[in-house]
Amino acid sequence: MKNIKQKLIEKLKENYGTSIESVVEFQGTLTITVGKEKLKDICTFLRGDFDLYFDMCKDIVGVDYQRPDFRFEVVYNLYSIKNNFRFLLKIKLQETDLHIPSVVDIWPGVNWPEREVYDFFGIIFDGHPDLRRIYMPEDFEYFPLRKEFPLMGIPGSIPLPRK
Amino acid sequence: MGLMDKDGFLTTKLDTLLNWSRKNSLWPMPMGISCCAIEMMSFAGPRFDVSRFGSEVFRFSPRQSDLMIVAGTVTYKMAKVVRKIYDQMPEPKWVMSMGACASSGGMYRSYSVVQGIDLFIPVDIYVAGCPPRPENVLNALIELQKKIARNEK
Repeated sequence: MKNIKQKLIEKLKENYGTSIESVVEFQGTLTITVGKEKLKDICTFLRGDFDLYFDMCKDIVGVDYQRPDFRFEVVYNLYSIKNNFRFLLKIKLQETDLHIPSVVDIWPGVNWPEREVYDFFGIIFDGHPDLRRIYMPEDFEYFPLRKEFPLMGIPGSIPLPRK
Repeated sequence: MGLMDKDGFLTTKLDTLLNWSRKNSLWPMPMGISCCAIEMMSFAGPRFDVSRFGSEVFRFSPRQSDLMIVAGTVTYKMAKVVRKIYDQMPEPKWVMSMGACASSGGMYRSYSVVQGIDLFIPVDIYVAGCPPRPENVLNALIELQKKIARNEK
């Protein structure tokens, strides 16, 4: 019987070989970077494939790298209960195009994590049923975890009650 | 106050009498927002026993309390709630800013945390510590009682 890790890499390369950008393993964590056009297909495949069966998307994280070749990264922490196996699926985003397909219809539990990434980085999840801010006030105008946002915030952007 | 031995009556000023009764029955409104609230519970519990100082009645309604203990990190979003509860308390009222976070933002030097609750409500006494020991909170309460007895606001 094959290792689940080898099986995952093989199956992904077989079905979506062109959209896989890199496969890296560092300190026991497998990271696969894919292109965002095929994200929805790959996630549907990972969720539905009987051998792989990634039935949990534990978390979605945004990262702001501010590099010349790409700006943001969205990391999906996928876990298969059946195989007791976890890996990270990464998408790179350019600053000019912050749209990414939502995977709420595949894993309903990522509704709030996607809202969190939207709240802090301004990444827009297309097809999300209710993409509102989750932590910051509704009328807040900035995305606070972006690198250009000052540590102490923008004075007056969140009003305090009168004294 | 002056006590007259022979005739058995007491003379005092009305203010002094009122302040004496106020300072010995400070009912706290526990505004427990984060981990300082645990120390505040311990301060109210049997070991440190704040009932020795007349403050054992924690009212979870602002309408029935005199002292708001702001115990924890106040974010900008929470500031409106803290202010609203303060406004609902009847006069006379006092505020204790418990711990580093409530007093100055503490270790949260960040866009989301108010750098001290004195930016939006008047504070009567600050308690240092992260979180403060219950003895420290008791001490603050005693100092506040002295302040009330001196008729300061």
